[in-house]
Amino acid sequence: MMNNEALKSKIQALASDTEFVETGQYLTASVPYRKIHAICKGLKEGADTAFDYLFNLTGIDYLEKNQMAVIYHLESTEFHHIVVLKAIIPTRENPEIESLCDLYAGANFHEREVYDFFGINFKNHPDMRRMFLDEISDNIGHPFRKDYVDEVNIIER
Amino acid sequence: MKQTDFLDNETLELLKQTGGSVMMTTIDDIVNWGRSNSIWPLTFATSCCGIEMMAAGASRHDFARFGIEVYRATPRQADVIVVAGTIVRKMAPVLKRLYDQMADPKYVIAMGACAVSGGPFFYNTYSVIRGVEHVIPVDVYIPGCPPRPEALLYGVMQLQRKIKGESLTVQKDWEKALSEGPLPHEK
Repeated sequence: MMNNEALKSKIQALASDTEFVETGQYLTASVPYRKIHAICKGLKEGADTAFDYLFNLTGIDYLEKNQMAVIYHLESTEFHHIVVLKAIIPTRENPEIESLCDLYAGANFHEREVYDFFGINFKNHPDMRRMFLDEISDNIGHPFRKDYVDEVNIIER
Repeated sequence: MKQTDFLDNETLELLKQTGGSVMMTTIDDIVNWGRSNSIWPLTFATSCCGIEMMAAGASRHDFARFGIEVYRATPRQADVIVVAGTIVRKMAPVLKRLYDQMADPKYVIAMGACAVSGGPFFYNTYSVIRGVEHVIPVDVYIPGCPPRPEALLYGVMQLQRKIKGESLTVQKDWEKALSEGPLPHEK
């Protein structure tokens, strides 16, 4: 198991402009979103990091900052260390980020879910379709976005 | 005097739907006695109210004492559907289909705030149906979030009282609606 300092230097080596936060339960690294695939590939294939398990992937909408983010929770089933990667996309219009499906098969449904609720597009995803909401309505939009409006179904308060 | 003139719980059993014809009320009494004392619920729960419903069925509260006997895992064998939990827009067509598959006579208990009105999810949500009565007709509403098992027992007993006032000769509202042809949205 690697401690936070060792993990930091590993991630720093893969992407030098990474910022770290250690106040939470896990070490959180804000990584440049264009390099997310390369970083995950490096962390997965590194013999002493071996992050082979993506146990969560979710999205965030930062309306005030005009940003969106994708959060990756990685764990190593060999060393049992955990790191959280946060990739901030500096736009809310047609945000795009690389898919991790070729590294982690479990990313497939997670990324489709994030696309469904936040409208973040994942490049090189093998099957970039909606996950749940197309059964409700064809033009439902992306309801987890903070500026989502639905005058028929939502009663605002 | 008709039962519909008194839409309160106290007169449920006193005023039969027939209006009190001696011959029919005796037959009705026998049929209703049988029906009201063997209400089989459908195994259907969508959230935390389902836990309370399970508790009501388990040994401490044991609603088999009141004849609401055994959970059926198929709507074709169930008499009552206890809507225990939030109904979202994806669940609504499923619930409607389950209700349609139940054999008559069938009853609906809306258990808990979500099934009654949307409850804690009334505001600022795109997905929750605000009250299950928008999907299927409800016989008994049980407030609470979630209601205690005792509240569910009380609700079931209210349903039994309601059943005891029914009559074979009186057409139900939905039967009347069906006999008048297709519903407005089906035309």
